Amino acid sequence: MDNQTVSRRNFLKTSAVTGAVFSLGFYWPSNAKSAKVINTADANKFGVEMNSWVHIDASGKVTIFDHRAEMGQGSYQAVPQIVAEELEVNLNEINVVFAQGDAKKYGNQVTGGSSTVRGSYKNLLKLSATAREMLIQAAATKWSVPKLECYAEGGHVFHKPSGKKFHYGELVEAASKLEAPKDVVLKKRSEYKLIGKPLRRLDTPLKTNGVAVFGLDKQIPGMMYAAVERNPRLRGKVKSFDDTATRKIVGVKNVFKVKMGVFNTYREGVAVVADSTWAAIQGKKALKVEWDDTGFEHLDTETIYKRQAEALQTQEGLVFKKQGEPTEIIAKAAKKIDVTYETPYQYHAAMEPLNCVAHYQDDKLEIWGPIQAPEWVQDYISKEMSIPKEKVTVNMTFLGGGFGRKAFMDYPHEAAVISKEIKAPVQVVWTREDDATQGPFRPGITYRCEGVINNGEIDAFKVRMAGQNNDHWRGGKKDVANRSTSEGFLKPYTESIKNLAIMDVPFETPIPTMWWRSVYASTNGFAYESFLDELAQEAGKDPLEFRRAYLKEERLQTLIDKVEQVSGWKNRARGAGYGVAITECFASTVAQVVKVSKAPGGGVKIDQVWAVMDCGWYVNPDTIKAQIEGSIVMALGAATIHEVKFKDGKAVDNNFSTYQMPRITDIPSIEIHIMDNDEDAGGVGEPGLPPFAPALTNAIFDLTGKRIRKLPFSLIGV
Amino acid sequence: MAKITLNINKKEYPLEADPQMPLLWAIRDLAGLKGTKYGCGVAQCGACVVHLNGEAVRSCVTKVSRAVGKQVVTIEGLSETNSHPIQKAWQEVDVPQCGYCHSGQIMSAVVLLREKPNPTDQDIDDAMAGNICRCGTYLRIRKAIHVAAEEQKKLAPQG
Ligand code: FES
Ligand code: FES
Repeated sequence: MDNQTVSRRNFLKTSAVTGAVFSLGFYWPSNAKSAKVINTADANKFGVEMNSWVHIDASGKVTIFDHRAEMGQGSYQAVPQIVAEELEVNLNEINVVFAQGDAKKYGNQVTGGSSTVRGSYKNLLKLSATAREMLIQAAATKWSVPKLECYAEGGHVFHKPSGKKFHYGELVEAASKLEAPKDVVLKKRSEYKLIGKPLRRLDTPLKTNGVAVFGLDKQIPGMMYAAVERNPRLRGKVKSFDDTATRKIVGVKNVFKVKMGVFNTYREGVAVVADSTWAAIQGKKALKVEWDDTGFEHLDTETIYKRQAEALQTQEGLVFKKQGEPTEIIAKAAKKIDVTYETPYQYHAAMEPLNCVAHYQDDKLEIWGPIQAPEWVQDYISKEMSIPKEKVTVNMTFLGGGFGRKAFMDYPHEAAVISKEIKAPVQVVWTREDDATQGPFRPGITYRCEGVINNGEIDAFKVRMAGQNNDHWRGGKKDVANRSTSEGFLKPYTESIKNLAIMDVPFETPIPTMWWRSVYASTNGFAYESFLDELAQEAGKDPLEFRRAYLKEERLQTLIDKVEQVSGWKNRARGAGYGVAITECFASTVAQVVKVSKAPGGGVKIDQVWAVMDCGWYVNPDTIKAQIEGSIVMALGAATIHEVKFKDGKAVDNNFSTYQMPRITDIPSIEIHIMDNDEDAGGVGEPGLPPFAPALTNAIFDLTGKRIRKLPFSLIGV
Repeated sequence: MAKITLNINKKEYPLEADPQMPLLWAIRDLAGLKGTKYGCGVAQCGACVVHLNGEAVRSCVTKVSRAVGKQVVTIEGLSETNSHPIQKAWQEVDVPQCGYCHSGQIMSAVVLLREKPNPTDQDIDDAMAGNICRCGTYLRIRKAIHVAAEEQKKLAPQG
């Protein structure tokens, strides 16, 4: 079963319901002011295109396009749940189809920055309501009755006085010819039937019987398999290779050098093409490649952190934000806190290793894969391979996890290059070892935090960060501070703390880095929220009360009240092992309290985590809870279990045997609360991650008096 | 290369395979059943778990030759209508996020439930510790196994 044609109940019917075919559709681009009629290529497949997201066919079947990648975060649920609400259709009677990459139609499709809902919900609500109103108008016209006497429900329009009804399929052609109303009235939150409800995910049944098609499961006729031995150091080249042994492996068809783009640079490797994945992997193992690794440094982890520490002692860095006279106050202070926090490089480790299917033929290219950023892939490959953009088709499959890594363009580009070379469709499969060692990684960062407490208040606050700037891999300017220098740190602090400096000490290595779930907030959160805890301790204040004083906004106070209440914060005994942290990213704020206790066998164990999420307007509370659970597990791994270490410029651990992951045995009990308010929607896929590590180490401090300033650390080693 | 026949989900698959090929790739690439997943290839993650004569095995480190003459069951063959108590519990609790690990999770959980119809949290931890879920669905896995155990009790013949 292909994801192109799945739905919850009716996936087998999709091709059977195309009775009537309309060649014209109603097209309302997300960013256009008024409607226009265009030819829709998909009309014969899905019926009339009411707008980019909604197609209705003559039988009344509604198809909703998910324009975002589904990598576990729930876009496959959220987008239809929003559309179905205002369109007035039943969620279990629709088809959901992944849209192809098409920026003109869908606007931004990059699934990153926790943006699926917050980036498009207002538009989705409006265009769904517009489509509904047009269907109602079409019915009213057919019946020659006032529109006010008609209403829509469950994919039908009803005439209230007479009880007559039409299903949408009977109206869609007429509706599509109407002028779109300019200002439709949207439902109030209290009127929602679907939004805000913990509805089951539409994709779950597909994931319990092997039906969901992930990138690695995609198969097209005549498809070959390829594995690539890539230079373990990004900047290195292929000098020569010996494929004698490789070519002896049964099933191996072809061996050649490849080069694929990784943002603004290139990576080289040797591709082995075979008739099965296994033969390709065997062939890759049998290769002897000589690399040219001259012209750049081969760093070890120790050297990286030593250099960061040195830079933080000797350099001021670029100003990200500065007010008052923090440096002067710190210089004169009789007593100051001056501490360093260290965070590790991390690897995304999605369960589905990278892979991509490409078919290049006669100057056109089609791609299928677990892709977070279809339009970027389309854009990038079109430029790199000089194929007109409209001839590059990018299809998203389900993603077996993404966490930022699947928003890069290297693996689709590589597949395209290989397909072009062998003149056949190909699936490039990354082994776990490839996936674990190639990067780009989350950058490892050291922070130097200096502060002065006077009369129980923060007199000076200065944070310097030394770590790689992801933007530099995309050609970003080097003489400006990292735009994410304080990402994760609640913005109100940067106003309420009068003497404050946040600085970025430039730091480069040849190791490739890029986004990892919650990006810089994932490391910044640890430094800033640990440091605040140290300042509270120095001020002799309760850590939560101390924070409150700098966060006057009502919305934040309400959030603090909530976390205080659900965690029993006020009734806790001092030293009982409670820690708190609050961070903000992608327009959502999350507070977490962690409770630890002494473990029977030594060290500490986590008894309970409380998380309170304020993400404003939201779609599905159960999806949000799942995202926070997952974020906490991921944060737990990054704080207490794994890190990417480098030796001689190469990542050391290459599989789960040494790069250990959190397992079911490691998971604490987690209680989650979501704030109810009418604020704009914020992200939900990432913001639950950053506060966990500092809440945990703050709890450990509360229990043991020991301050952990370097991640990862071992819980049993505390 | 050798001609072999695999019995997968009660169906015969005559295949031509290198006897050394892991069962995983024979199932996926040769038999074309893509529900069984590749996660690590070295018996660390459990994404590839299938049943071999009723036992949970990691197909990424099981040579295809070992499966000859045995019954292989993959996620596709667990039930005809997505209705094994474990599958139903997974749906009820909405366990999967990305879903990639869950073919393996479910196949492991099915064996657990057969052997321990009333598993404790500890039993679940012991049985499921070999299956990694990077999306972190562990709490729901635990919950769903308890739900399935309850469901199974109801289905069990009385007396
Ligand atoms: S793929 Fe077999 S255990 Fe990971
Ligand atoms: S649900 Fe994504 S790895 Fe388990």
